[in-house]
Amino acid sequence: MTAAVTAAPATTTRGVGKLSRRRSAVWLGLTPFAAYVILFLAIPAVLAVGSGFFDDKGAFTFNNLKAFADPNILGDFGATIAVSAVTAVVGAIIGAVICFALLGTKPDGLLRTIVDSASSVLAQFGGVMLAFAFIATIGSQGLITQWLVQAGLTANIFNDFNNNGTLIYQVPGLAVVYLYFQVPLMVLTFMPAMEGLKATWGEANATLGGTRFTYWTRIAMPILAPAFFGSVILLFANSFSSYATAANLIDQGGITPLDIRQQLTSETVLGVQNVAGVLAFGMVVIMIIVMVAYSALERRASRWRR
Amino acid sequence: MSAPRYGAEPSKVTRTIILVVVAIVFVTPLAVLAQFALRVGQPNAKGVQAYGFQHFGDIFNPANALTYEPLFQGITNSLVICAITILIVLVLLLPTMILVELKFPHLRRILEFVCIIPITIPSIVLVVGFIPVYSIVAQVFGSSPWTLAFAIGVIVLPYAYRPIAANLAGVDVVTLSEASRSLGAHWGNVLWSVIIPNLRRGILSSVFITVAVVLGEYTIASFLSQNTFQTALALIQQTDPYVSAIFAVFALLLAFAILLIIGRASSFGRGTSRRKARKS
Repeated sequence: MTAAVTAAPATTTRGVGKLSRRRSAVWLGLTPFAAYVILFLAIPAVLAVGSGFFDDKGAFTFNNLKAFADPNILGDFGATIAVSAVTAVVGAIIGAVICFALLGTKPDGLLRTIVDSASSVLAQFGGVMLAFAFIATIGSQGLITQWLVQAGLTANIFNDFNNNGTLIYQVPGLAVVYLYFQVPLMVLTFMPAMEGLKATWGEANATLGGTRFTYWTRIAMPILAPAFFGSVILLFANSFSSYATAANLIDQGGITPLDIRQQLTSETVLGVQNVAGVLAFGMVVIMIIVMVAYSALERRASRWRR
Repeated sequence: MSAPRYGAEPSKVTRTIILVVVAIVFVTPLAVLAQFALRVGQPNAKGVQAYGFQHFGDIFNPANALTYEPLFQGITNSLVICAITILIVLVLLLPTMILVELKFPHLRRILEFVCIIPITIPSIVLVVGFIPVYSIVAQVFGSSPWTLAFAIGVIVLPYAYRPIAANLAGVDVVTLSEASRSLGAHWGNVLWSVIIPNLRRGILSSVFITVAVVLGEYTIASFLSQNTFQTALALIQQTDPYVSAIFAVFALLLAFAILLIIGRASSFGRGTSRRKARKS
């Protein structure tokens, strides 16, 4: 006991003398990760967004922003936002209904594990393969398309959408395919909020004479609203930034990520430089707006999650 | 007769109807993809389609070796990139997270912010910046496929960060490390035999998510002109859609099976630990 007491001050004083040097040695431990993030995240991000503001001689200019005056570029930007908004709202509603159906099932049970795993696969892994699946299903020679043709509908919604050819090779068709990763993402992000509904609230509602209808309209929906709209925003961001599925369905432009592909793989056609950088800048602006809204809603939603 | 329901839970009938409809809608395209992989030739005059495993045989037919070579090369490349990306997560991200937790708790928010950023920047945007960066990377390391791991490591950050962070939040690493240090353990021992074992679950799930993200990555690989599993699938789709369908179905099923096994394993683990807790 005495030994420990006398030994303690000695080590402390030795520690104090070395503290500043030790401290800086510990700081050094952060440098590998910091260097990695600067080289492969900060620099590419700045280059991507910044390159739109330089001409081909390397001088700073706002001139390239004229690219947004091009009706095609602007139209595709609008189409990207429209597809993202539609798939976000529809995906969120369908996903929320699935979460509702899963309420009351055991969180550790087989059913939930299957739904979770399938959702993760579709939401994070699908991309290119989803495109294949839809070409085989509702492409021009797709199984369901051919069934409809054999049933007498030679020009049906899948092979002649809007008198413009096959549905999934057009931008509105992308919405159908996107739902196959939007709905699973909704299930993954919204389920925790749905599970936060406490049984006691339902009992309180019942003792006060409420019905199941008033339970949903007066208690559950107001509580879930911030989480729901937060998820809608997340889904919007998800389809706004997705590229792989669209790239394997549509050869030309149509949505902004595909326009960036065209700009990166071919010469500029708009008369201004670095259009890919300008489009990247435009996408980042939308994403920042979306994410600020998301974090605001997330703060409200987390209030009920304790 | 079921008891009166107060809360949010749906009735059994409602639940079954919703889940069955959803299952049918979501399984259809994937089932059709599998059916497509089994098609042999065109439908005959009566519209009857023949099925068989002919396309499976094609894959291993030496006569086709040249056609499918990019696919096998792509899979190999993806696995190599996978291994290096996991290394980036384990050697760069994990120690930094532990260090921040132990020594710089005030930096936790900043680290979280940095790790979440890649979600807010679309891959297609990062690609615009990766192209000039990789012209320098190629001068240093050459343009081998494995260099792609640096870029994909960034995409993986948010997914890898979250499970480890959730696990760290549940384990008091500061107390644990102080306890083991006062018992005479060296820092290496503290890290290796005290902290890491406590974070096993978080590390494991972040490694599996990393594998899924790397194997599913398409955008960056296609713009940096590297051959990976996904870009090879897209390429083979042009010449032999049947074979790319076979590989797509298998990849999806494999990813599903892996996630299912992790999910079941962790829920069994939770079940037993809870039972033990109740006994004591």
